[in-house]
Amino acid sequence: MDPSARMAGNDRAAADVVVIGAGTAGLVAAIRLSQGGLRVRVVAAGHGCLVLAPGVIDVLGYAPERVADPARALAPFVAAHPDHPYARVGPDGLDRALAWFRETVAPLGYVGALRHNRLLLTALGGLRPSCLVPQTMAAGDLSQGGPVLVVGFHGLRDFSPALVAANLCAVVPAPGTGVAARAATLEWPGPSGDGRPLTLARRLEDRSLRAAVGRDLRTVLGDEPRVGMPAVLGVDRWQEVWEEMQLVAGRPIFEIPLVPPSIPGLRLFDLLRRVLRAAGGRLQVGAPVTGVRHRNGRVEAVTVARTPREQVIDTRWVVLATGGVGGGGLQVDPDGTVREPTLGLPVHGVPVPGHPRVLPDPFASHPLDRAGLAVDEAWRPVDRSGRVVALNLHAAGAALTGCEPWREKSGEGISIATGYLAASAILEEAG
Amino acid sequence: MTPGRLALTAVGDSLDRCIKCTVCESACPVAAVTSLFPGPKTVGPQAERFRQSQGSSPDRSVDYCSGCGVCTRVCPHGVRIAEINARARARWRGRTGVSLRDHLLARPVLTGRLGRPVAPVFNWALGQRPLRVAAERLLGVHRAAPLPRVVGRTFRYRVSRRRPPRSPDRVVYFHGCSVDYFEPWVGQMTVAILEHNGFAVDIPRQGCCGLPLQSTGLFEPARRSVRRLARSLSPAGTDGLPIIASSTSCGLMVKREAEEILGVEDARLRDVSRRTYDLFEFLAGLHRAGRLRTDFTPVPLTVAYYAPCQQRGQGIGEPAMDVLGLVPGLRILELDRSCCGIAGTYGLKREKYAIAMAVGRPLFDDIAAARPDLVACDSETCRWQIGRATGLPTVHPLELLYRAYGGAEPGSAAAGPGGQ
Ligand SMILES: Cc1cc2nc3c(=O)[nH]c(=O)nc-3n(C[C@H](O)[C@H](O)[C@H](O)COP(=O)(O)OP(=O)(O)OC[C@H]3O[C@@H](n4cnc5c(N)ncnc54)[C@H](O)[C@@H]3O)c2cc1C
Repeated sequence: MDPSARMAGNDRAAADVVVIGAGTAGLVAAIRLSQGGLRVRVVAAGHGCLVLAPGVIDVLGYAPERVADPARALAPFVAAHPDHPYARVGPDGLDRALAWFRETVAPLGYVGALRHNRLLLTALGGLRPSCLVPQTMAAGDLSQGGPVLVVGFHGLRDFSPALVAANLCAVVPAPGTGVAARAATLEWPGPSGDGRPLTLARRLEDRSLRAAVGRDLRTVLGDEPRVGMPAVLGVDRWQEVWEEMQLVAGRPIFEIPLVPPSIPGLRLFDLLRRVLRAAGGRLQVGAPVTGVRHRNGRVEAVTVARTPREQVIDTRWVVLATGGVGGGGLQVDPDGTVREPTLGLPVHGVPVPGHPRVLPDPFASHPLDRAGLAVDEAWRPVDRSGRVVALNLHAAGAALTGCEPWREKSGEGISIATGYLAASAILEEAG
Repeated sequence: MTPGRLALTAVGDSLDRCIKCTVCESACPVAAVTSLFPGPKTVGPQAERFRQSQGSSPDRSVDYCSGCGVCTRVCPHGVRIAEINARARARWRGRTGVSLRDHLLARPVLTGRLGRPVAPVFNWALGQRPLRVAAERLLGVHRAAPLPRVVGRTFRYRVSRRRPPRSPDRVVYFHGCSVDYFEPWVGQMTVAILEHNGFAVDIPRQGCCGLPLQSTGLFEPARRSVRRLARSLSPAGTDGLPIIASSTSCGLMVKREAEEILGVEDARLRDVSRRTYDLFEFLAGLHRAGRLRTDFTPVPLTVAYYAPCQQRGQGIGEPAMDVLGLVPGLRILELDRSCCGIAGTYGLKREKYAIAMAVGRPLFDDIAAARPDLVACDSETCRWQIGRATGLPTVHPLELLYRAYGGAEPGSAAAGPGGQ
């Protein structure tokens, strides 16, 4: 007998919900579902964007002008973009999702409110709006301008305090305001380094190396009431590092996000994973989903590629949270068509054939940016005529159609809100 | 619905999927503690482009990769980073040669065979600091590294006079070297648990799977070992039977690494590979099919459980959590850390011992904070490392299951049926 047939039953696992993807949307949905008492298994091909993105929660930054108050901007924004995920989320859904998120990641002390966007400093000395930010960035709101000391480290890659300060002096946060920025550079702590932010962050967790940095920092302080430092103030022990540095400086210190890998993102990712485990959820990484088995309009099982045998996970619900083009949730083919490669779901908003691939202005809005999955009121993907693809298949995150997270500065806000609400829809059905 | 594009890609082809996103770098436990290893992205996909044009490895940092496989697992784009690095390491070793120490560490059967007849002396010597210092100087095995004690009576000897029960349900047991020479009770409990669930267990004569040879870069002998093993595990009359592995690293070798790292293409091996199950993977499958006996007695213990890298590399989730979750009284705290540091024989080596301990530190700290009665882990080398570093009794999760089925106290060598 064919051994694979004889032993097929041994490759089955079971869960109440399989969440596909371990990005923000997948983890948010999985935590909420686990807290609701369901047995959840997250299966992910790899880690998501969390460890690359700066760890701030942008809700709505541009619409298309810079947004100061996302709560107020939301209604006119969704009126102008009826296919946007926020149109389904609604102000109340957004409120609940963000409140839940802040509570869930309480140890990181996210601050902020829907009524106010902070203006944060970028690693190039620009300003960018953001809504919820980790405690370590709270003091970095430059919307009123004012003097800032920007401190870097010799040898740290991709962060030049002089460049940041020079650029910053040229920006106007609000009419009549400005930022007087000064730059200073500290010695790289310990033996010569490789210039990587992660290495520096881990060195700062060492008490004696940190003390040396502290001594160095004291010598460069001036009158500026706050200090910006690259986001390398510790990984696991960030609280200790950040608080001690502030003590030394005698004034607030805020972190400035760097290019990937992102240390604030790593902190958030680590915490979400711990919260998931504590709630009883499981996480299986290195597990690319290849498809689903379905019957009578319902998904019955999810299949996972694995050597030497495929894995089959029986499940009652599925949340597809495979991300956008960057995460692997959408694929753009050379001919300009957009596919959802994991389950072959219908993609909405694909540009008409013949639409130019590249526009003369590379920063102009391209219809490709908005292509993605359309969903019904329970966050279930629908086909072009609006019919639900499968009764128990839900979707969340960057795979959804109708949004341009990069332009709008809405990425994490969309992932949190839709992950939270897709989970709510399932919990409601589960009773 | 169409098949996904992420289905496993060939190792070499996967290189071109790397977009340098740094996800692997952020997850690598070795790069986190030493700058001798500049990280999986730099040493893997980046350096590989130079290797492809020059045909040889450009730097020695690849030797500091511990081979834990975390990078491959977390890569969202399917780049087989750990496999690329393992192959590059073998090429590097081909140029520099392999030390006597590495030859010895790569051959656990040899150590077992040499040590067993003089087990009391051998084990005594392991505990003698002056001798360990001498061994460190002469051989390069770190004086404080966790080395197993050999047993006087091997697993095979202990089961040789066993009268297996008859049953139409048969399985083959792949016990590996460690059970034979170092932890026979793990093998005895495996057999007892399988028999308790109504299986007749075949235990064919078997040698090393070749994993330590492979991780040392000795690919040719490793290929010979795993081919030979595949023949041993499929003797006449065992066609189609499930093969159960209680060692996660040996199981991983047979399931994946022989083909994906060593590039062995062998019909016999492929058949054996497709029939190989990790013990708890098999037991969890039995439970799903309603066939696992659950006549458990309560086990009132708090256990910190750590799923080792090589088991996660098998992509089977955490089946020990599923099965142990059925045992009344047992409180399991799962440890979410990527590596204990030992990575097979990596942490035994003089020049890598400190790195391995630093890699494991967050795990050891989590264990200390959890204050468990016991630590459970499916991999033998990880158990030795964790036990040595934390001072806590460290068991294979099957020892807890064995106890739940009415067997003796886990956590001691005497726990196995028949004792020492
Ligand atoms: C460098 C960078 C900077 C960013 N900066 C910001 C910012 O400042 N503010 C902001 O709000 N947003 C930012 N974003 C965007 C934000 O991260 C994303 O919009 C959002 O978090 C996407 O989350 P997600 O969960 O939908 O998808 P992802 O995070 O992409 O996760 C997708 C998950 O699905 C998995 N997956 C894909 N296919 C499969 C499959 N077939 N089987 C199994 N698993 C699969 C992936 O491995 C991954 O785990 C940034 C993103 C990047 C990359």
